[in-house]
Order: sequence, then C-alpha cells, then structure tokens
Amino acid sequence: MTDLLGTGRKAANERTQLVRAGLRRRHRNEQAFRILGIVAICCALGFVALLFTDVLRKGIPAFHQATLHLDVTYDPTLLNVDPVPERTAGQSDADFNAARLAWQRSVAMLNWNKVVEAALRTVTPAGLEIDSRQLLTIPETNARHVIREAFVANPNLLGRTRSFDLLASANVDNWVKGNIDRELGDAQQQMPAQARALVDGWVADGTITQDFAWGLFTNVDSRAAPASAGLAGAFMGSLYMMLVVIVLAVPIGVASAIYLEEFAPKSRLTDLIEVNINNLAAVPSIVFGLLGAAVFINFFHLPRSAPLVGGLVLTLMTLPTIIIATRAALQGVSPALRQAALGLGASKTQMVFHHVLPVTFPSILTATIIGVAQALGETAPLLLIGMNAFVASVPGSIVDQATALPVQIFLWQGNENRNFFEARTSAAIMVLLGLMILLNAVAIFLRTRLERRA
Amino acid sequence: MTNLENAQMDMLAGKVKMTQQSVNTAMNPSDALDRPIRLTARDVTVHYGAKQALHGISIDIPDRAVTSFIGPSGCGKSTFLRCINRMNDTIEGAKVGGTIKLDGEDVYDPNLDVVELRARIGMVFQKPNPFPKSIYENVAYGPRIHGLARNKADLDEIVISSLRKAGLFEEVKDRLGEAGTGLSGGQQQRLCIARAIAVGPEVILMDEPCSALDPIATAIIEELIDELRENYTIVIVTHSMQQAARVSQKTAFFHLGNLIEEGVTEDIFTNPVNKQTQDYIMGRIG
Amino acid sequence: MRSGSPEQNYHRFYSARNDVEIAVNALLMFCSAVAILTTVGIVLSLVFEAIRFFSFINPADFFFGTVWSPKFSSTTTNDHGQYGLLPLLTGTLWVATIASLVAVPIGLMTAIYLSQYAPRNVRAVIKPIIEILAGIPTIVYGFFALVTVGPFLKGAGALVGLDISATSALTAGLVMGVMIIPFISSLSDDILNQVPLAMRDGSYGLGATQSETIRKVLLPSALPGIVGAFLLAVSRAIGETMIVVLAAGNSPVLRGTPLEPISTITVSIVNQLTGDTDFTGPQSLVAFALGLTLFIMTLLLNIAALYIVRRFREQYE
Repeated sequence: MTDLLGTGRKAANERTQLVRAGLRRRHRNEQAFRILGIVAICCALGFVALLFTDVLRKGIPAFHQATLHLDVTYDPTLLNVDPVPERTAGQSDADFNAARLAWQRSVAMLNWNKVVEAALRTVTPAGLEIDSRQLLTIPETNARHVIREAFVANPNLLGRTRSFDLLASANVDNWVKGNIDRELGDAQQQMPAQARALVDGWVADGTITQDFAWGLFTNVDSRAAPASAGLAGAFMGSLYMMLVVIVLAVPIGVASAIYLEEFAPKSRLTDLIEVNINNLAAVPSIVFGLLGAAVFINFFHLPRSAPLVGGLVLTLMTLPTIIIATRAALQGVSPALRQAALGLGASKTQMVFHHVLPVTFPSILTATIIGVAQALGETAPLLLIGMNAFVASVPGSIVDQATALPVQIFLWQGNENRNFFEARTSAAIMVLLGLMILLNAVAIFLRTRLERRA
Repeated sequence: MTNLENAQMDMLAGKVKMTQQSVNTAMNPSDALDRPIRLTARDVTVHYGAKQALHGISIDIPDRAVTSFIGPSGCGKSTFLRCINRMNDTIEGAKVGGTIKLDGEDVYDPNLDVVELRARIGMVFQKPNPFPKSIYENVAYGPRIHGLARNKADLDEIVISSLRKAGLFEEVKDRLGEAGTGLSGGQQQRLCIARAIAVGPEVILMDEPCSALDPIATAIIEELIDELRENYTIVIVTHSMQQAARVSQKTAFFHLGNLIEEGVTEDIFTNPVNKQTQDYIMGRIG
Repeated sequence: MRSGSPEQNYHRFYSARNDVEIAVNALLMFCSAVAILTTVGIVLSLVFEAIRFFSFINPADFFFGTVWSPKFSSTTTNDHGQYGLLPLLTGTLWVATIASLVAVPIGLMTAIYLSQYAPRNVRAVIKPIIEILAGIPTIVYGFFALVTVGPFLKGAGALVGLDISATSALTAGLVMGVMIIPFISSLSDDILNQVPLAMRDGSYGLGATQSETIRKVLLPSALPGIVGAFLLAVSRAIGETMIVVLAAGNSPVLRGTPLEPISTITVSIVNQLTGDTDFTGPQSLVAFALGLTLFIMTLLLNIAALYIVRRFREQYE
C-alpha cells in the first residue's frame, strides 16, 4: 500500500486538500465552458435574426411603390381613330374578326405617349419648363400600354376622361424613397433637375403617393418597364414545378418506401438500394442539374426552360427525402397492428394499404410538404436547364417557357438598377420565405390535427 | 458505538421528526457490529416532481464494513444510494430532503462542493461503464481531474496500485494501453472499481455491481468487496439476498420507498422482526 | 397458395388475390428502382459527357492544370483555352475550410449546450430556431452575402488596414458556415444524446465537473459520430452553388489568401453550362468533368461519414 492511496485519516485529509486546491480553477473552467456554449448559441440565433431583419429591412419598402394618380383624357384630336367596327348583317365570323384586329392594330399605331404627356401636363405647374422626353421618364414606360388597353376594352372612352393609378418609373421610386443621395450633383443623378423638382411637387400635392405594389404579385417580369416587374410568371412556374413534384415524387417515393420496408427481401440488393438512397440524399443539387441537362434535355429532347423538366429534376432530388421519411414512419407502426391484420386473413398488400398506410398518413404528408418546400427554394439545378431565361409571360402549361421564384431572385439581384432591384429582390425573397413558412406551418398544423384524430 | 456518537444520534433524533421507519431503526441499532459510524442519514425524502420516491429514511452506515440495501425493484434502495453522493443532483426535477452526514458534515450543505464530496465517496454502477479510453487512462481519469498526482511517476503508481487493489493488475499489466471496453464484463467492472479507488475515496457506493455479470465474475467481485472492506466503507445495493448475506455485515430492507428494517446481516436473515421483511426473505414479495 | 381447396370460388378468389399481390409487388419494385436509375443516370451522364470532354482536353491538363481560361468556341481556330482544375479546387477548398471554421465551433458548442446544459423548454425553443438556418434557400444566403456581408467585411477590413474584397472566399465561406451550423449542431446533438448515460454517471461519480465530463468523456466517446457529421457538412459545403455564385467573386485564379475573389467547381459548372444548349465543345462539356469530380468528392465524403456514423451507433446498441 502506497502513501498515495493510503486510507488513513491523514492520507485522506491530504487528498482532500489537493482536491480543494484545484476547485476554484475547475469551477472557473466550468463557467467559461458554459459561457462559450451560450456565446455559440447567441451567434447562431444572432445569424438567424440578422438574416431576417436584413431581408425585412430591405424588402418591406418594396411593397409600396411610387404611383402616379392621373386623369387621362382620350382626346379625339390626339387619337385619330375610326370607330370600332360593328358587326354588319351577313358578315362572316372571320371577316368580323379581321376587321376588329385591323382596328386594334390601328389603335396600337397611335402615339399614346402624346396622351400620357397631355395628362402629365395638366398637373404640371405653369412656371415649370420641362421637355416631353424628360416628362415621359416620370411614369413607367408601360403607362401608355395601360391607357391603350383600357381604350381597347372600352372604345366609348374616346372624348372622355378617366383617372388612372400608374406606376412611376424605377428612378422616380428611388428618388421618392430617398434611395439616392439628394445632394449629388446633376451629373450623378438618374433624373434631370426639372423632373426631380416636378416629382417633389407631385409628392407634396398627392399626385404621387406610395401605394401598395400589387404589381409585384400580378405582373410578369419586365426589362423594359422595371418598375412593373412582378413575380406572377415565376410564381406560376414554381407552381407547375411543384405540381410535377407532387404528382411524381409522392407516389413513387411512398411506393418505394413501402417496397423496401414491407415487401423487399433483406438481401444485398436492398442493402445497396438503401445505401444508394442515403447517398442520393447528399448528392449536391447542381449534379441533378447536370443530369437534367444531359438526360432530359439533350437525350430526350424535352424543351428547355420548361417547368416539366424543372419538376422532373426536383422530383429526383425530393425522392430520397420522401422515401427516408416514409420508411421511418412505417418503421414506427406497431407490429401488433400488422399481426392483427394478417391474423384476420388480410393479404400482405391489404395489410399494408388498408391498415399500415392510413396510420402513417400524417407523417407521410408532413414529409411530402417539407420535401416540396425544399424543392421550392432550389435554384442551382434550374440554372442548368435554362430556367434562368428571361420570360415575360405567365406560362400556360408545364411545357411553356418559365422561370421560378428562386431563379427570379437570382435574375433580379443581377439587375443593373441596384438601387431599385435590391429592395425588389428582398421583397421577392420575403415572398419565397413566406411561402416556405406557410408550407411548413401547414405541415405542422395538419400533423398535429391528424395525429390527434388518429 | 462510542458515547460521542450516541450523543450525536440523540441530538439528531430530538431535532428530526421521527417517522415510523426511524422508530424501527432505533429499535434495531447497528451497534451490534461495534464499529464507528461513518454516515448518518436522517429522515431522507426524495421527490421526482410530484411523485415521492423515498419516505423519511434514517440509517447509520458503519465504517470499514459492508452495508447492503435489499428490497424488491423500485423500492428506492438505488435512489437512496444515489442521495449519498448527490448523484440525484443530475436528474431534472429530483428534490432531496432530510440530512445525510459524512463524518458529521452535511452532504447537502450548500458550502460543500459536490466535486469534493464525490472524490470522497466513490461509486460503482450497475452496468460496467468504462470510458472508451485505454485501461490506464480509465484509472488515471480521476486522479488527473482532481490533480492528485504531482507527476507521471505518481500517476503510474496510483494506477498500478489501484488496479492491484481491484485485483485486475495481473490480468492486464501487459495491455494497459488497450481499450478498457475490450475487457470481459467482470474485468470491466473491476476496472470501474479500480477507477473509483484511484481517487482515494473513503466510502464506495456500489449500485448492483454484479447484476450484469456471470456467476464466476460475480464471485470474484464479491471476494474483492470482502477484501476492500478492510480499508473502505462500502455500501452495496443488491437484488440478491444471497449476495447481501455473503458480503455484508449490515443489511437494510427497503420496500415501496420506506426503510422497513435494518440490522446486523445475520439477524435480518435469521430473525427478522418485521412481517414484510420476513415475507421478502421467504420470497413472498418479489 | 391454397390450391388444394375443393371449393372452386374459393380457389378463384385466392388465385385472383395472389395475382394482385404479384402485380402490386412488381409495381412497388419498379418504383424503388427509380432511385437506382437516378444514380445510374447521374453516373452515366457524367461519365459519358466527361469522356467526350477528355477527347478534347488531356485529363492530365485538366486535373493538374493551374490555369482556368476557357475560350468560347471560335470556328476558325482549334484553340479551346485551358481547363486547369486546380484554381477551382483550391477555391472550393478555401470556402469549405472557412465554412468549417465557422460552423464547427459554433455548431458543436451549440449542440453541447443544448444537449447537456439547457433546460428542456429552452432547448425546445432554440433548437427549431437554429434549424431554420438549414431550411433557408441558398439563393437567400447568396444574396445576403452579396449585399450585406461582403460590404461589411470590406469595410471592417479597411478599418484594420486589411484589403478585403467584397466578394471573396471569406465572404462566401463565412455565410456558408452559417448555413451548415445546423448540420453540425443537429447531428452532434443526436450523437451526444446517444452516448449512454452510464458514461456520464461514471464521470460524475468520480467527482468530475460537468465540463470535464463533456470534454474528457462525452466528446471522446462521441468523436466518431461528430467526425461523421463534420464530413457530411463539408460535403455540403463543397457542393453548395448559389452562395459561391453570388458571393465568391468568380475569379478562377490560384490564390494564397481567402481575402480575394475566387471561383469554385460549382461556379464554373454554372458558368460553362448556362445558356449553352448543345454540348459539342469542351466549353460546355467541361461542366460534366467538373460535375464528375464534384460527385466523386462528395460521394467519398458521404460514404465515409455514413460508415463512421453507423459504426458509432452500433458501438452503443
């Protein structure tokens, strides 16, 4: 027996002294370690907070946009156009349509800018000298189309006056919101001095107000009229892709999970499939984009930029998520339920489809929604199959050219009018994040609801 | 029992409300063993949230002897054991009442550092739980964290003599660098005993140390416990009455969170006073 | 099959039922083959197109080349430019390294605090909030890096006399690090929780403090699992695209410092393939050689990680 492990009083007291000597240091270390943990958590939470406040701070202003309130007069002296053709007796459908189209063409040929300018002149203060070109930079370039469309829809407007809410141009919006330093010299300003003064006056008298930017949701992307650029096209593109994902990924994913979990014999092959699925879940998304480009577009010659191809690529990406989640749900079903079903003479298929699957429905639904939410935010693979093309229309089907919400964000952040598009991009991010949060909330809601009932 | 300790006991008995169980204790004093008292527990209660797990346990643990706690599973014997070195502190929602004193010092005194307490009261667990480190590092762990060794030579000495005391050294002396988890179950448990000894504790608590072992390994551990009793105060929880009879000098019987009866082991097994104890020993309470 | 039954209807019923069983089985089997087919499709398309690329460019020039300057196809010359992988690879590694330096300490300490110290209700609130970081689309991180983090770093660098480019390996790496914090923290949290309580008790029983127990017993026990989590996170960082497309600077030059613009494998894939429809020249085909390199790198990391984590789980089962 050595002194170091002595069990007498003296040895024990000596050891206690040694332990006590180290206590202060050890408790200090304990505190330091704990604080380190809190610091780490604060960092992580801080990043979440920073990211969201940054997006909100930048994005919220974009939901309101400088809007011109103008009374537009359809002055017959400016609009030299025949009356709209009436259908004459005995005229064939084709002839009537041709006549109407000819009329519409003639309407389009008119100089609508003159009408816009006239409307602007009516609210321009008398003393202010401003040439037409400068004056017309104030409303967004789509103003004349808006006024013309109203006329085509209602030719009786000729000679009358109607009030319009027209978007101001991106530069006006920047100026009004103070995104541009007002002290900068004329050379660095986007708008000439007279136009700036005019805009300031209009803001003061209420001709220009900050209205809710409905266009952000209802318009398609636009290069010619950036202030009117909206997310409608991208939203539909994303929606079509998600439909493809839901129609394909869910049945295939659930079916393969059922096969692997319930039917497949435990063999080397099923092991291989399992490892394969786990690895597939971790393959970088851009590799799926390469697959899409090589197989769907180059080999099967599916159209580029189509939601169909995007949806197919995202389906393949989402499959592992759904398979893994469904398998986990199936594993959670109690063996008693299976045995009860089999004991009553149900076949294996009946057992799975009539008894096991309904129980796991909430989990599968949640996994599907979360998978779809993930797919909704995916950008990189879509760039490789041409979904970053500029598309100025709402896609009508899954094979039309389209873009998607995250890709629209990518396109907008690259727009050279940084002052205007930084906010608009942030607003688009808010829309995307909002949709994802909504999907996740629905998933959580349905899950708690269905589970309570089950 | 010395006069001093008798006086101490009386004092405590006067201060603390005596429950039915503590009256029993008083009727069955352990002074028959004629050993000084190392640990005294008075009216110890444990609550887990709203559930009460222990109802006023009072007992004296004699120095350098083996005291065993027996009783059906869920009776609170392990819970009480874990109160002695405040292991219940780590369980969320556990609340301990009453007093436990080691050499007259209150274990739950807020000024007493639990680190120091656990250095003085070692513990061996139900399942052998060597750390995933080498045999040497397993034993050196305690002395290292407490700073008990001034240098490598000291540490080597502590490790080797601890392993020797635990009766493991001869079996592992050529592979001290190998993983402790690679040993057999019985060897692992002896490694855990060596690990506890290396800190130089005065009391060693053993929570069903043989329940995961085969009969041969169990016999070796029991023999070891018998040797260790010369130098350490040992408290052992066991579900095996035979084991309690073989290794312990004092036995306490727990049932449903109450201490039913305690006394010299021989008395408890041959001549139990309480009906419940009789029933348990005759195998009528499982 | 109960064909021995004398009852004809009975027989027919069960025979039909058996047919259904077989059909269902075949259909399900086909569906699970889709996953296999996807992998086969990925491997075949990458290998096939990469081979075509290597018919233009010597593999050695690709894998060991130090200059990346693809020339866009001109009909007159046969000069395709240079396709050296190394500048892209170093860029990728810079970003992944910085991301790990951010994510590993924060993620690991977060996991430790949440699994060992935090009360259950605090944990129930904080854990999902941190996991939000994993659900945010990478394009959002990219934008955040480009418009907020980059200019901030440039300004902060200027304050201390350091010339930091707004788009650089540092910017992209930092933001990517934030993105992978939840990968490290969630996986490490799971793994720390899988270390048996007995291990913790053993250490407490010897008088160790909580941090001593964590540092000297829990972490060494959980190390394999944590390494696995780390490898998965690195694989994620290497394959991440949008953050680096926006914030890394797109400058495929060998760099010795992370403060300057760089380019990565994924950025070059996007650059070479966007807007090109027919894969005829090395300019677009190189994307597949890059993709193959990326696929193999991440596959190896994933397999290693899954293997290590599985071994770790078996150890404690």
